[in-house]
Amino acid sequence: MKPDDDLSRLLHERFDPVLVEPIPARLQLRRPAWIGHARAAAVLAVGIAIGLALPFTWRGAPQTGPVASAGAPALPVRAARAHLVYAVEVRHPVEVDASQQEHLVAWLSKRLGTKLKVPALTAEGFELLGGRLLPGPDGPVAQFMYQEGAGRRLTLYVSARAKGEGQTAFRFAQEGAVSVFYWIDGNWCYALSGEIDRPALSRISTSVYRQLNP
Amino acid sequence: MDYEQVVVYIPNLRRYARALVGDRHAADDLVQDTLERAVRKFHLWRPGDLRAWLFSVMHNVFVNQLKSRRIPPSAELDENFAGATTPGWVTDVRDLERGLALLSAEQREVLLMVSLEDMTYEQVSRALGVPMGTVMSRLSRAREKLRRHMDGEPERTDLKVVK
Repeated sequence: MKPDDDLSRLLHERFDPVLVEPIPARLQLRRPAWIGHARAAAVLAVGIAIGLALPFTWRGAPQTGPVASAGAPALPVRAARAHLVYAVEVRHPVEVDASQQEHLVAWLSKRLGTKLKVPALTAEGFELLGGRLLPGPDGPVAQFMYQEGAGRRLTLYVSARAKGEGQTAFRFAQEGAVSVFYWIDGNWCYALSGEIDRPALSRISTSVYRQLNP
Repeated sequence: MDYEQVVVYIPNLRRYARALVGDRHAADDLVQDTLERAVRKFHLWRPGDLRAWLFSVMHNVFVNQLKSRRIPPSAELDENFAGATTPGWVTDVRDLERGLALLSAEQREVLLMVSLEDMTYEQVSRALGVPMGTVMSRLSRAREKLRRHMDGEPERTDLKVVK
C-alpha cells in the first residue's frame, strides 16, 4: 500500500466521525423571518429560531418593556424561549459543563467580548450545570444553566444591550409556565428564567444582581 | 439565495476544522465565524464551486484567528474514541494527531484539504489563494514530515536544555 493512502485512510478514520456528529445549535443556519425580506441576510439564529417555532403569546406590553431591536422579540421572550429549548434537554443541556467552569467562563467571555462572572447560587439550592453560546439579534448570548437537587432548572441569559435599549430596573414577565426576571445594567442585559414561583425567582434574581454588582 | 446549499457543507467544515485546530470548541468557533462571514459575503459568491469558496472563507477566518492568537498554539484533541478497531489504531491516531500539530498551519491546511477533503490541487489553490506549485510543494513537505513522525523518527526540534 502506498504510504500516502495509509495517511489518508488514517485521517478519514480519525476525523470522519465528525461528519455524523449532531450539529450544535449555534452552527445551524436559519433564515430569520423577523428580519424581513429587505434585510434577509441569514443569521445564525439558532435557539431563537427554534424558539420562534414554539407557540407563544407575549402577553406583556412590548412598548413598556425594553425596545426590541430590528423586530426581534423582547429580552424576556428571548430568554424564556431559550430556557424552554434547553432546560428540558436531558443529554445535552449545556455545551460545556461546570466541571470545566474556568474554560467555560473564559470561552463565553471571549465570545461575548466582556469579562463574564458566573454567580454562585448554591445558597439558593441551585448548582451550576454549565453553559452554552447562543446567537442573538445583537450578537452572541451566553446562557448559564443551574439545577436544583429536585431537578428544577434555572437559566441566566446574558446578552449585549441593543441600540436604543435603555437601562431597566428589575422587571418581571411570565411566558407560559416560565417566569422571567430581567434587567439591563450598563451595556448588558440579564434575564433569569425558570418554572418557579415569582417570590423565589425574585429572591434568586436579587442574589444574582448582588453578585454581579458587588 | 439558497442557504440549504451552504448547510450541506457544514459537516465538512466541521471535520476539517477539527483536524486543523484540534480542540472541539475552538474548531466550532472557527466554523461559526466562517458561517457568519460566508452569510455576510454570500453576494460575492459566483455560482460555481461553493465548497471551494466556503473553504476560502474559512481560510481567511483561520488566518485572522491565528494572527489574533485565538487559535491555541498547540492543538490538543479532546475526545475519546468509541470504536478502536485494532490495538495499534489508537496509538497510530495519537501519533497522527501529534504529527499534525507539528506541521505549520499552511502545511496542515493543504494536507487536510487534499487528504481529508479530497480536493484537487486546483481547488486548493483557489481556496488558499496560492499558486498550484505552492500547493504541491507544501503538500509534499507536509506528507514527508508527517510520515517521518509516524515512523518514529526523532524530531529535529531544538530542545531546550533544562538546567
